[in-house]
Amino acid sequence: MATTLADDLRPLHHPHSWVTRYVWSQDHKVIAIQYSCTAIGIGLVALVLSALMRLQLGFPGAFPAIQPDNYLQFVSMHGMIMVVYLLTALLLGGFGNYLIPLMIGARDMVFPFVNMLSYWFYLLSVIVLVAGFFVPGGPTGAGWTLYPPQAISEGTPGHQWGIVTMLVSLAIFVAAFTMGGLNYVTTVLQARTKGMTLMRMPLSVWGIFTASVMGLLAFPALFVAAIMMLFDHLAGTSFFMPTMQSMGAITPTEGGSPLLFQHLFWFFGHPEVYIVALPAFGIVSDLISVHARRNIFGYRMMVWAIVIIGALSFLVWAHHMYVSGMNPYFGFFFATSTLIIAIPTAIKVYNWLLTLWRGDIHLRVPMLFAIAFIFTFIHGGLSGLFLGNVSVDVPLSDTFFVVAHFHMVMGVSPVLVIFGAIYHWYPKIFGRMWNDTLGKVHFWITFLGVYAIFLPMHYLGILGVPRRYYALGETAFIPQSVHLANAWISVAALIVFCAQGLFFFNMIWSLFRGPRADPNPWGAASLEWQTPDTPPAHGNWGAKLPVVYRWAYDYSVPGAARDFIPQTEPRTELGA
Amino acid sequence: MPVAVAIAMLVVGSVAFHLFSPWWRTPIASNWGSIDSALDVTLWICAAAFVGLNLFLAWTLVKYRHRPEYRGLRHKAHYEPENASLEKRLTFWTAIGIAGMLAPGLAAWGKYVSVPHEATVIEAVGQQWQWSFRYPGPDGVLGAAGVKFVTQDNGLGLDPLDPYGRDDIVVESGDLHLPIGKSVKIVLRSKDVLHDFYVPEFRAKMDLVPGIVTYFWLTPTKTGTFDILCAELCGTGHHAMRGKVVVEDPKAFARWQAQQTSFGQILAEAPPAAMSILIIKANACSTPASWSIR
Amino acid sequence: MTILARLTEKSWEPGPPPVERERPSAGTVGTLAYFGVAMVMFSLLVAAYLMRMGLHGAMGHGSDWKSMPDPPLLWINTLLLAASSVAWEMARRERMARAATAGAALGGLFLMGQLLLWRHYQATGYTLSANPANAFFYLLTALHGLHIVGGLFAAGRALAAANMRNIALCALYWHFLLIIWLVLAALLLST
Repeated sequence: MATTLADDLRPLHHPHSWVTRYVWSQDHKVIAIQYSCTAIGIGLVALVLSALMRLQLGFPGAFPAIQPDNYLQFVSMHGMIMVVYLLTALLLGGFGNYLIPLMIGARDMVFPFVNMLSYWFYLLSVIVLVAGFFVPGGPTGAGWTLYPPQAISEGTPGHQWGIVTMLVSLAIFVAAFTMGGLNYVTTVLQARTKGMTLMRMPLSVWGIFTASVMGLLAFPALFVAAIMMLFDHLAGTSFFMPTMQSMGAITPTEGGSPLLFQHLFWFFGHPEVYIVALPAFGIVSDLISVHARRNIFGYRMMVWAIVIIGALSFLVWAHHMYVSGMNPYFGFFFATSTLIIAIPTAIKVYNWLLTLWRGDIHLRVPMLFAIAFIFTFIHGGLSGLFLGNVSVDVPLSDTFFVVAHFHMVMGVSPVLVIFGAIYHWYPKIFGRMWNDTLGKVHFWITFLGVYAIFLPMHYLGILGVPRRYYALGETAFIPQSVHLANAWISVAALIVFCAQGLFFFNMIWSLFRGPRADPNPWGAASLEWQTPDTPPAHGNWGAKLPVVYRWAYDYSVPGAARDFIPQTEPRTELGA
Repeated sequence: MPVAVAIAMLVVGSVAFHLFSPWWRTPIASNWGSIDSALDVTLWICAAAFVGLNLFLAWTLVKYRHRPEYRGLRHKAHYEPENASLEKRLTFWTAIGIAGMLAPGLAAWGKYVSVPHEATVIEAVGQQWQWSFRYPGPDGVLGAAGVKFVTQDNGLGLDPLDPYGRDDIVVESGDLHLPIGKSVKIVLRSKDVLHDFYVPEFRAKMDLVPGIVTYFWLTPTKTGTFDILCAELCGTGHHAMRGKVVVEDPKAFARWQAQQTSFGQILAEAPPAAMSILIIKANACSTPASWSIR
Repeated sequence: MTILARLTEKSWEPGPPPVERERPSAGTVGTLAYFGVAMVMFSLLVAAYLMRMGLHGAMGHGSDWKSMPDPPLLWINTLLLAASSVAWEMARRERMARAATAGAALGGLFLMGQLLLWRHYQATGYTLSANPANAFFYLLTALHGLHIVGGLFAAGRALAAANMRNIALCALYWHFLLIIWLVLAALLLST
């Protein structure tokens, strides 16, 4: 039961028509683009929802069309779409699909058919999700955490149909992700080309690989929770439903435990944070290294940190539940494990900084985004320590501090990396170059704008302004200045919102009018830049698979002719 | 170059924002100063890391930016795969910083989870979207209660057959009154969905979970009237689920308490029809939803 | 090379010349990875089962849990699945397609038995929503049954193509489902 990695083209599925090439494609690159476009498309819906929320928060009462029901629906759908359907799908389904085979020297994923199925299941899950906007009662307004009993009780928007479409969509998404994730993990383990040892893989692959393993182990919790809640809602079971009053009557359910759902949800939900963060960590490491012309500092430590963070993230879930009413003594354990996870994370930050230090930093657009990521990630990571530090979390939980923290650390930071990554790999993916000026304008507005949005939110949270409030109303401890701040945050948010148009214009315009790109415009050493064709052709490597002789970070090696040595370049007698 | 300046300016700007913005903690009105101190310690350690790391970033971006020709020499990056001792030192100091903020955090939590024996018990009950309260009365014990006992006249669902409940003082959708300087254990019960009892000035908060009784404790240290908010999304009216807590001196508290009605009085005044519904409900339940809380 | 040695490789230093490694097939790696997924899913359900039963007292329930009776059919089904697993193992060792067919057929019989078990419980009043113990029973057996259905599909394809490697994978998968079932049955019987 062993195969060798012969230069065998037979296992590849060969497309014969436009439809099999671009629609029912089994090519990982096409699937990656399908995944990315779908994810960005649904992400735009979530972006519009966030703009609507900001309109309500900044100018309460000015938009009578936004009622409390709608506001909660916007909150819930925005959160779920961004976390699951945009970030997870884009980073793993999009970047994972595109980069893994190219970076490890494979012709495709090991199960191309399953890979294709994964995308179509994902698309189906998105369609079911969007259907929620059109069912009677609209989408669910239970918050992205979907806590029972309110998610399926009267008094919550979308408690009849919206929650069903949401749960069904999530179950389909988990199936899609499992098919994709098995592919990514198996491909990395099984299809690396000759010479590509584990420790010669770029950190992008390490990040995506670890995140995929985590996803495979974390998403079942969401799946189980979703199915159980569907049972509760549709079949009248009481997994999560206690005896309670609903519309003046006592429900027939008995004994169910809302906390059980919260445990299941966060057993998924916390690793999910790192499922989004680890690919971003990996990708940003590569961007920094390439554009600073310097090997990533402490590569081994970076790999170990990724693996340790991945493992530890399964032991911290209840830090989302310090004031949930669970046994309060759990707080000691979960605070300690949560703060321990900060250590490998901090090491990653140090190593990014030390990679820049004594580098030869080219401040191109992808690098600007990578630097902005370091800044926002330091900020968001540190504010996370407040929330992890159990007793400090008590006054801050469910306030705007939480909103500010997670947007900074898992909203803004990964999105900055995604922008950087798109600018970085665009010339390889499409063979054309984007417009530099537009890219820089987009960067500056986005970077400064998001900081203007989320920095003040931390302080509103410390003051005690609660989250998920349709309107703050007359509240004694909230001064008038908070309303002013909310208006300004909304203005900043709308500016950032509009600036994204520059990005889309740049990407689409350059697709047709951009200058032809060099096969390796940044002088990168990793394998994906060494393909015989740009964009890479079906099968990626032409007649012969590449052979790898060195790690992915041979930049500015003393004695070398150029400031980078591709992974495919054999070592000479001198060892360089 | 501009990005380095921007990062340095953002660091300076963030510090300035911290110093000059009008938004900071509300003046504390309970014994949870230890939570505030733990937050301060966390803040100082994090602020030092934030300023230090980002200024290092800005400086690095200036010093090692790409320059085509630099004093006749081509600028080149330094090749250094790793530096184990540097990484070890960084790990060590990070661990020290983490331990430094974790210690006060855990210490405060230790106090938070251990309710003092002398604390009196007061119950807060949440429902969509209002707050009600219950005091144990002269016997100092809250009678058994549960959602299944709820009727029109028994809004909080006290067990009419539990003698401990007869003297309980019921405050339906009124203000919560607390005597200053006395520890209270606030036990929390929800009639429908999740809620969260949140008074910013008290710092403490806790979720209300239907089906179980949760709790936290505090000692009010400042007289005055404060807002009670709900801090767990509970449906359309979440933002409007408000209550008031009045912290007053013990005399005023005793005066206020004397004016309230007990559950026994409510039962006595209930018309016979309502009474029979109450009793039917009580007999229908084989087990009490929650035992008397002492 | 041990995994530890591979993860501490100083890959910037010149290594040995590139060699082609013998690796387990993609199918094996993928199947094993899927075992991890399914194991987590069933473990979480078992944990939820125990929590909902009231093992964790602070959650304030437990009085409403009424265990189900253990009918003999449960034992018969378990034997069927075990026999199915044995047949698959024979198919794997002796490369016998006929044994594989028998294994698949026994797997199908197990499914039928499970359906009968469901009907038996339905008829005796142990319906889905009557009690959380019942709800867990139906949920666990349904998810396990779906895995068997998936296995039957894969087995059908492997048998049609007479692909011995995939038949071996099916055998592995059947053993895994047997182990899961034994754990579930033990849980159902002991509570």
